[in-house]
Amino acid sequence: MAKITIREAISQALMEEMDRDPKVFIMGEEVGVWGGTYAVTKGFYDKYGAARVKDTPIAENAIIGGAIGAAMVGQRPVAELMTINFGFSAMDYIVNQAPKLHYMFGGQFKVPMVIRAVGGGGRQLGATHSQTPDAIFAHFPGLKVVSPGTPEDAKGLLKSAIRSDDPVLFLEHATMYQVRGEVPEGEYTIPIGKSKVQRAGKDVTIVTYCKGLELSMKAAEELSKEGIEVEVVDLRTLRPLDMEPIIESFKKTNRAVVVEEGWKSYGVGSEVVSRIYEQAFDYVDAPIIRVAQKEVPLPYNRTLEQAALPQVADITAAVKEVLK
Amino acid sequence: MNKKEQQLDLYYQMVLIRRLEERGAELYQAGKIGGFMHLYIGQEAVSTGLIAAREPRDRVITAYRDHGVALNCGMSANEVMAELLGKATGVSKGMGGSMHMADTSKNMWGGHAIVGGHLPIAAGFAIGDQYAGNDNVTICMFGDGATNIGYFHEALNISKTWGLRVLWVCENNQYGMGTTVERASAVTEIRQKAEGYGMKNGQVDGMDVTKVYEAAKEALDFVRKNSQPYLLEVDTYRFRGHSMGDPERYRKAEEVKKWQENDPIGIFNKQLIEKKVASAKALDEIEARAEEDVVKAVEFAEASPEPAMEELYSDIYAD
Amino acid sequence: MAETISMPKLGFDMAEGLLVRWVKQVGEAINKGDVLAEIETDKATVEVESSASGVVLQLIVDQGTMVPVNAPIAIVGQAGEKADSAAPSKVEGQKSADEKPAAQSAPIADSAPQAVAPADSSLSAVEGSGSVKASPLAKKIARDQKVDLSNIKGTGPGGRIVRKDIETALASGQPTTDNRPQTIVNRPSSTVIISHDDKVVATTKLRQAIGRRLVESKTTIPHFYVTHEYKMDMLMDMRKQVNAYLPDNEKVSVNDFILKGVALSLRQFPNLNATLKGTEIVQFGHVNVGVAVTVPGGLMTVVVKDTDQKTLRQISGEVKTMAARAREGKVKPEDVDGSTFSTSNLGMYDVEEFIAIVNPPEAGILAISSAREIPVVENGQIKAGWRMKATISVDHRISDGAEAAQFMQALAAFLENPVRMLV
Repeated sequence: MAKITIREAISQALMEEMDRDPKVFIMGEEVGVWGGTYAVTKGFYDKYGAARVKDTPIAENAIIGGAIGAAMVGQRPVAELMTINFGFSAMDYIVNQAPKLHYMFGGQFKVPMVIRAVGGGGRQLGATHSQTPDAIFAHFPGLKVVSPGTPEDAKGLLKSAIRSDDPVLFLEHATMYQVRGEVPEGEYTIPIGKSKVQRAGKDVTIVTYCKGLELSMKAAEELSKEGIEVEVVDLRTLRPLDMEPIIESFKKTNRAVVVEEGWKSYGVGSEVVSRIYEQAFDYVDAPIIRVAQKEVPLPYNRTLEQAALPQVADITAAVKEVLK
Repeated sequence: MNKKEQQLDLYYQMVLIRRLEERGAELYQAGKIGGFMHLYIGQEAVSTGLIAAREPRDRVITAYRDHGVALNCGMSANEVMAELLGKATGVSKGMGGSMHMADTSKNMWGGHAIVGGHLPIAAGFAIGDQYAGNDNVTICMFGDGATNIGYFHEALNISKTWGLRVLWVCENNQYGMGTTVERASAVTEIRQKAEGYGMKNGQVDGMDVTKVYEAAKEALDFVRKNSQPYLLEVDTYRFRGHSMGDPERYRKAEEVKKWQENDPIGIFNKQLIEKKVASAKALDEIEARAEEDVVKAVEFAEASPEPAMEELYSDIYAD
Repeated sequence: MAETISMPKLGFDMAEGLLVRWVKQVGEAINKGDVLAEIETDKATVEVESSASGVVLQLIVDQGTMVPVNAPIAIVGQAGEKADSAAPSKVEGQKSADEKPAAQSAPIADSAPQAVAPADSSLSAVEGSGSVKASPLAKKIARDQKVDLSNIKGTGPGGRIVRKDIETALASGQPTTDNRPQTIVNRPSSTVIISHDDKVVATTKLRQAIGRRLVESKTTIPHFYVTHEYKMDMLMDMRKQVNAYLPDNEKVSVNDFILKGVALSLRQFPNLNATLKGTEIVQFGHVNVGVAVTVPGGLMTVVVKDTDQKTLRQISGEVKTMAARAREGKVKPEDVDGSTFSTSNLGMYDVEEFIAIVNPPEAGILAISSAREIPVVENGQIKAGWRMKATISVDHRISDGAEAAQFMQALAAFLENPVRMLV
């Protein structure tokens, strides 16, 4: 097993798939010559050339719409949104076109496209560049939404996304590219739509993904020192949502905390909590607590920004609260 | 367009469209067709001439006024009518309706409802074909109203910047819904917008199918040879409202009447007789045949089954 | 002119009564004889009737107040009349700590005389006990383990009962379950936990009153007992015959026959139908036989006046009516007053024999056990026969063994030849 960063994992996945399938190409802003604003596609332009690593104008509709069209006629484009915040400029394509084309035309069209996008706050980029609007995109049937939190999952899931015949939104986090983790050698994929227990425990179930996973694992270590063992279940995929490991865990612990970086209202946590209550009502020993971003646009000031974002301390506090 | 059969076939297609649209309007008013329905009556020459000019490998994509385009691409009146009635035998299995007709086997890529939304996708087809290394042309049809939205500009821009093989065809029927071109657009000649992108462009009388055909042939040739986009503005007019239920308060009856004097079917009829391609009687027979085919299409559609309830959940994902 | 209604004396030894509930409110019309309030005494909860007609002008005491006998409780007069200033200001009665008289609540368990809150298997009944706060998990465990949540202390936020609390309660042996006999049910959990905690049950006023009297009885009255076994065959037959002619709701019981027999026998032994007053024995002029009735929270003795004068049907009807009133907590003062001799019948419980405690100031009490078909010897042959034992408990200051035994024989003469009770 090699230990690599999430950035390296994504890079590797892209390269492996591009090597494997000539239909795979990349298009987005600054992905080619610049090497990608998060350096994910560094070196790709030289290796694969302009035809397969397409620098686009700053025109999100053209990027995503174009990727949809290319996918419909048989290619496998991996479009990049410089940040998910720019996804709003291409909303119609992401949620109104891509997820519906297969359905609306009786199965005649396939859209085997991947949209990679970076999200999340914590770098003082200001309110319009720091959002985690995952829940919005996860709302639409027909779109698959994936958000890994480890290098192993990032690599395996991106490969699956590229090979999938469905449109997949692949959400990365701006502050997690350097997170290190073990990755299996050789060829492997991870199925879309499967949650995973990343850490076993008996006292409280933490359900989370992406940045929340990183924070929850740190919280788990701290809580362990106090004799509290939390079980951390990583969603990995937001749609389709796999509740099985979560319910199984919850039946064991009877108490849960859901952690996400997005806002609490109408967020991913709302969905998870609802389903736990629906599917495991008799196992609920305490109300489920959601840890999420404070209901504010994210400020520029560093201290305030950190105060608004969920932290490890918020998670440990929530775990203790739910144990009362 | 020289072969007699081809010309008579085009005449048949235009009448077929006209009759199907008329019958569709009746069925809509009878409550059998729901949602939005946009009739092509008056514009038959545009898609007929345009699509007749394409190579089979050229892709066609259009907006929501797509019944005529569907028929011109070779989709059957039966399937089109069945789709209008929402039946399982419809081209999109009843899941798309009037605005979402498609048949990839006929290289007809839909029927799209978001104004201007399909333009970047059309560019995408061309990106895909460019990537694949072929010389397919994507024929993208849209209305004058779509030329003011962002999608139009992003798509035209990237098509020129990347040298994509797209024939951008603007069906200028003088109105974007209820708003004249003058009131919505900075320039009244749509083709002028292509100038801003340094794009080759042209304009043609959309009521004359022969003229449309010739202009389209020239434009397609250009696009294919030069791997450059081309914007063709086609001036036309819709004799009915924007869609069913349009009270047409935005235009005068006299104006409609005036344009109807230039009915494309009438114009072509006259041309065929003058050029001695066919007799009036022969043309009448073609019209009767087209009418008959529409009658059969309605019968087929009405006799067809509704989609099964389970179909609600099919085709959400391809995987 | 407005009339003042006072706390009535509902028993010869009643000193105070608890005003449980006002049935009429200020401003309501009331006729003489209408029920004005419910009062709880040592013996029972009793309806108090208005002695005046008109409109309720004032309710002088609050519900839940303990009022001395004869103290004013209400004023009834004509509409518009001012409540008489003769009516004093509100009585400083003591608010009873126990504001829920047991007799008020609907009878829960006929068989179990204890006032244990039943752990119903239906969730709503358990929750109904003041909407207990418990997590869904705790509720499920409670349902499965047949635990009464109202007995569990919750340690969750806001006093919420959580799983840990139920497990703790069960592990420490606290009695949490239903005391009624139950069929064994499948327990979904793997362990059956028995609680060993003591359960504290509050006693009703009735129970306290019974306790006081019987302690007095047992400690002051020198009791002696005589048991006689009665041949019941003929009585059982006669009963069948009599009931054939009676509608279902008027059928007579074995006990009705016995009451009649006892009454007639007491006429022959007036010394047993008596009371000791100092050094004098007062032999009562009436024969009023008391019948012990189980009520929620205790025992009550309803009295059939002039039992010897009444027909079986009358006796049966009166006992039924008064017993029903007693069980509903709506007994009238005259129902429970004036008993000259008591009886207690445990025949429905398969009892071979038992002994009762004399009800002071009476001279005796008859404990009636079950009539059973057993092997008997007649004319040297063993055959099946109906036999019933009865034991009389007697105050030895008033009577003695021979008299008591003879009384029991006299009773036998009636019970074993029941036709004699009809003439």
